[in-house]
Amino acid sequence: MRVIGFLLQKEFLQIFRNKGMLPIIFIMPLIQLVILSNAATFDVRNVPFNLQDLDRTSLSENLSEQFTGSGYFQLTGESSTSSQALDVLVGRNADLVLVIPEGFEKELMRGGSAKVQLIINAEDGFSAGVIQGYTNDIITAFNRDLIPQLPGSAVAAPQPDIIVRSSAWYNPELVYVDYMVPGILVILVTLVGLFLSGMNVVREKEIGTIDQINVTPMRRYQFITGKLLPFWIIGLGELTLGLIIARVAFHVPMLGSYWLIYLVAGIYMLVVLGMGLLISTLTDSQQQAMFIAWFFMVIFTLMSGLFTAIESMPHWAQNMTLANPVRHFVDIMRRVMLKGSGIREIAVPLAILTADAALLITLAVNRYRKVSD
Amino acid sequence: MKSAVLVEGVTKKFKTVTALSNVSLKISEGELFGIIGADGAGKTTLFRILCTLMLADEGRAEVLGLDSLKDYRGIRSRIGYMPGRFSLYTDLSVEENLKFFATVFNTTVEENYELIADIYTQLEPFKKRMAGQLSGGMKQKLALCCALIHRPDLLLLDEPTTGVDAVSRREFWQMLGRLKEQEITILVSTPYMDEASLCDRVAFLQDGTILAVDTPAGITGLFTAPLFAVRANDKHKLLTHLRSYPHAGSVYAFGSTVHYADSRSSISTEEIEAYLLDSELQDIKIEKIEPGIEDTFMALMKTDKENLHE
Repeated sequence: MRVIGFLLQKEFLQIFRNKGMLPIIFIMPLIQLVILSNAATFDVRNVPFNLQDLDRTSLSENLSEQFTGSGYFQLTGESSTSSQALDVLVGRNADLVLVIPEGFEKELMRGGSAKVQLIINAEDGFSAGVIQGYTNDIITAFNRDLIPQLPGSAVAAPQPDIIVRSSAWYNPELVYVDYMVPGILVILVTLVGLFLSGMNVVREKEIGTIDQINVTPMRRYQFITGKLLPFWIIGLGELTLGLIIARVAFHVPMLGSYWLIYLVAGIYMLVVLGMGLLISTLTDSQQQAMFIAWFFMVIFTLMSGLFTAIESMPHWAQNMTLANPVRHFVDIMRRVMLKGSGIREIAVPLAILTADAALLITLAVNRYRKVSD
Repeated sequence: MKSAVLVEGVTKKFKTVTALSNVSLKISEGELFGIIGADGAGKTTLFRILCTLMLADEGRAEVLGLDSLKDYRGIRSRIGYMPGRFSLYTDLSVEENLKFFATVFNTTVEENYELIADIYTQLEPFKKRMAGQLSGGMKQKLALCCALIHRPDLLLLDEPTTGVDAVSRREFWQMLGRLKEQEITILVSTPYMDEASLCDRVAFLQDGTILAVDTPAGITGLFTAPLFAVRANDKHKLLTHLRSYPHAGSVYAFGSTVHYADSRSSISTEEIEAYLLDSELQDIKIEKIEPGIEDTFMALMKTDKENLHE
């Protein structure tokens, strides 16, 4: 125990003495949390739009006002021909062109149906879908509220409709920050755990101190405990810091139990540290270790469901994400924080994480050898 | 006398390179034993096998009476190893490094302080300084302290004086002499010939093979040919001329002079001078000298190479 204690003391001394490391551990997560959670949003707001009003009547003006007054769209210019409209789209001065053809009012007054054209920039399919949804809402409302009041309207009385009133559960105001922050906390903990532990043992290899350590009677379990425990502690400290910021700065709700979060995080850190140590034992330089850790980090993040919904991935990719510890922890964090899930509800992902931890730690410990060939 | 190190037929290969081939060695307890060899001769490989960091392909090694395979754990707590490359924590202070190594060997600095006191007093003024900021000589002293802190019975020093200035080197060897008085067996490797004469016995390692094992005096005794130190105004020309002399033995530059060994047993300086006068060399000075350890080593290397080519 005395040896492990001293090893811990030594690791912490080295970490806190390293002037480049401290900011990485404490400042970087703060910055990332603040920037990512505000920037990474699916909200589509203030879409620049171009108006091509060829009718120029009070009714066409009324329709375009519905667009500008919705808060989703911002008028950036007007065009009079379709080639002009295309130029605007290509030049990215607008993502939406609303074309109101000549005779729009006349048609409606006569009681017939009029057509409008919507040209949407669909480079980003997701945003285009959202824009289309907004425009549909506006036009539906226009049809429902305005047209029946027109003098020549054929539809005198509103038809009995099925009206859908939706309300979002667990995140009633659809605050994206609430959705993003729990996930980003996971990424931060992963980043710190994977990179710091991955770099650490390989650094001792690089500077040759591992040889000195290996000729000592220190046992393997002592060495590994001394190497992993500091980062386990730092990881949980990092999580605590993140949770405080989430609460104080972002007002993210916390419906579940903090104890449960820490239980899962404690197991999750073992997964990450086991992986870091495994990378450390398989590489000879910090550069190699860094590259491998980075590779896994990118894959894990992209396939975690943090930014893109897992449900919309192809089937094989969905199956692959089952092996991704980040996915499970992101999932658990969201469920516990936003839905208040208890241990029974998260039993499956928690079991997977526990199995991952056992597997990776065993592999890493077996790979670490005090004797070289 | 009991042997501290016993090596029998050890062979170690790295892919295509044979680092050690059939090496056998016996070092007695309390000896200051030197392993002399050029870079790449296999010194470090031998050390790594002895300190249980590496496994030999063939042969066996016994360290302090313990088998290097079965009792590696027992060996580790009784040896002090100082790798060739400075490998202490550069971001820990002198004091912290020492304390760390004491702890991992389950001892304290105080317990064995008298053993290192002599060396550590020189480091004491810098004890708060980071190990990475010490001078080369100071680093070596700290590394030696760390290797000694658990009072090992055998000290394995792999090129401890490489890259250290002449004064620090001399001091370092004086320290080794004092440690020997404490009955610690010391195995030290070095590429410097002059250090060989400070050992009780030396082994010459060349291309993974031991060429000779003897006391420094015994080694020089192997050199029987008459040896001359020759000087002239143009050293390069002098070398080529002497090498083309039909009776030439080994010929090589030695500082500002050229050491020339003749293959005939009796020869005078005049004969060589007469040969050299035919050339355009001037200011020729020839002097008969006693062979040093380096001369012997050069000669051993030469004969070894010739034997290989035969």
